Amino acid sequence: MITALIRRLAEMVFVMVGISVMVFLIFFATPGSDPAARIAGRNATQEAVAQVRVDFGFDRPLPVQYVLMMKRLFVDRDLKSFVNRGQNVIPQVLEATPITLSLVFGAAVLWVIGGLAVGVIAAATQGSLIDRTLMVLALIGVSMPVFWFGEVMNLLSQARFHDTWLFSWVPALGYKPLSEDPWGWFKTLVIPWFSLAVLYIGIYGRVLRANLVEAYQEDFIRTARAKGLSPARVMLRHALRTSLIPFITMFGLDFGVLVGGSALLTEVVFGLNGIGRLTYIALQNLDLPMILATVIYASFFVVLANAVVDFIYIFVDPRMREA
Amino acid sequence: MTDPIRPALLDVDHLKVSFATDRGRVTAINDVSFRIDDGEFVAIVGESGSGKTVSLLSILGLTDRRTTFVEGTAAFRGRPILGLPDRELRRIRGKQIAFIPQDPLTALTPVHTIGWQIVEQIRTHETVSKEAAKKRAIELLDEVGLPNPAAAFGRYPHQLSGGMRQRAVIAMALSCNPALLVADEPTTALDVTVQAQVLDLLKRLRRDHGSAIILITHDMGVVAEVADRVMVMYAGRVIERGTAREIFAAPEHPYTWGLMASIPPVEGPRPHRLPSIPGTPPTPANIPPGCAFAPRCAHRFAPCAGLPPALSASGHDAFCFLDDNARAAGRAALFAAPETAA
Repeated sequence: MITALIRRLAEMVFVMVGISVMVFLIFFATPGSDPAARIAGRNATQEAVAQVRVDFGFDRPLPVQYVLMMKRLFVDRDLKSFVNRGQNVIPQVLEATPITLSLVFGAAVLWVIGGLAVGVIAAATQGSLIDRTLMVLALIGVSMPVFWFGEVMNLLSQARFHDTWLFSWVPALGYKPLSEDPWGWFKTLVIPWFSLAVLYIGIYGRVLRANLVEAYQEDFIRTARAKGLSPARVMLRHALRTSLIPFITMFGLDFGVLVGGSALLTEVVFGLNGIGRLTYIALQNLDLPMILATVIYASFFVVLANAVVDFIYIFVDPRMREA
Repeated sequence: MTDPIRPALLDVDHLKVSFATDRGRVTAINDVSFRIDDGEFVAIVGESGSGKTVSLLSILGLTDRRTTFVEGTAAFRGRPILGLPDRELRRIRGKQIAFIPQDPLTALTPVHTIGWQIVEQIRTHETVSKEAAKKRAIELLDEVGLPNPAAAFGRYPHQLSGGMRQRAVIAMALSCNPALLVADEPTTALDVTVQAQVLDLLKRLRRDHGSAIILITHDMGVVAEVADRVMVMYAGRVIERGTAREIFAAPEHPYTWGLMASIPPVEGPRPHRLPSIPGTPPTPANIPPGCAFAPRCAHRFAPCAGLPPALSASGHDAFCFLDDNARAAGRAALFAAPETAA
């Protein structure tokens, strides 16, 4: 177990180094691009560009450039965004991280609970009106783009019905840090959580239902029923436990990608200055240092989420333990 | 043979099972009646798709209620169990009537240990402590002949061999001391030596626990070894019924002859090819009117277009128009067959 953990961590580091090399090569070693001119800024003088070139070691071989860049980014932490002069990249990423994490964690709790509930209830009542209603609702949830649904929620809670009892509690858009104002944090995030989770509740509910329905064809379900177990027990202890693997796999992928910045649309709609927005702005301005930092940050979470998923597999399915 | 005061352990009368399909209702089981008394060992024999398993699953309420329609009556110890609410039926299922599934590779939930699954069944039906249930589970695993039962208790199904898994499944079925064990081809997925061990185990369990056993199988060799009474099924009907001795000494239905002829002879020269019954059994959707076996039967004649007379209430009988002389002649040809085939 311990060796598996260490091996997995080593793999993670390896993957992340690989990703940082790729990103570095794409942005800094693409023929025809002059990273020194980019870093120096749009209206920089020839002297300034030359100075940057020497500072960043762009006149030296690529491997050296890469090591220098990583040293600046992680060790010295003085890699500056060229758009907002004087702003270091790392503190900006660190500032945006808790916002995105709060958003995605909360939404993940909602969509895991919601997905499980929808999947289990639909599968248990397979073919009935409840099942069909849930599946239609799930399909609607999947089909609603988050930017549209988020705006509708904003329209209802911030404007149209803001003065009614229903939404008078909703604070203005923006983020309140958890450490300073936990209740405010919760109130500002409830609606974004829900808006982001709706899509995933739909997807996860439908996938789980399909897996459960398939599991009910299995012999071991018949054995469980032949044992005289209650339907709830057959569902939860036998069918659900064996149907969770695809659910967990999807969760690992979605969670990692969302924390890595894919929650952009939700962040923009609800005025949350998270990682997605940071990456988006950096890409718009071709802010290479910032792109480098956010991509490596995102890769860290994707890789981490996948590693966590692998460990959950081992916990959920004993057959994976020997592999 | 049957005690008139005490009701039979399981009394099935005119069981009919049909499925809803895209092309309407399809009858899979037609007019199946049988009774089993305490401690009896009954074998139900037939090809795949003859309805052996479906008839018993429907009695136990294990078929899909939305697509399967069960008619007729089935009484367990005099109490009707068809159409019983699920809550009531669950008290019988697993406790009084236990089911041993066909394929032990897939019949156990892969994510729980063997012990957990046995304890689950014990504690579903009896209020005992976890420790007591565990102790009993280990005793059961020992009784079915698992080496090192305490270790096997903590094993997952995939960590055991096929034979050990089948023993574990049998131990689980026995855990509440059922009066009736329904074993659905318990030896099909196992190799021959393990098959023999499992059959011995079933025989020993019947002796020690006094459970009646219904063995579903397609293997006449297995039947010969263990069964007291035999029912042969074809296309959803019982086509021959009698004691094992009667059936093996004097099979009456041409289909049973075909089954017997396909048993490899133990002595004498090895036949070049085992005789087989031409054609394939009908699917439930296209069972011919009249005798369902007629299209494959070498002895068919004009009356076979109609339904043969119903089986007599007891004793050895076949669902066939052939009279006693014709049956005797067919049998004679059958028992001569191995020599001619060689």
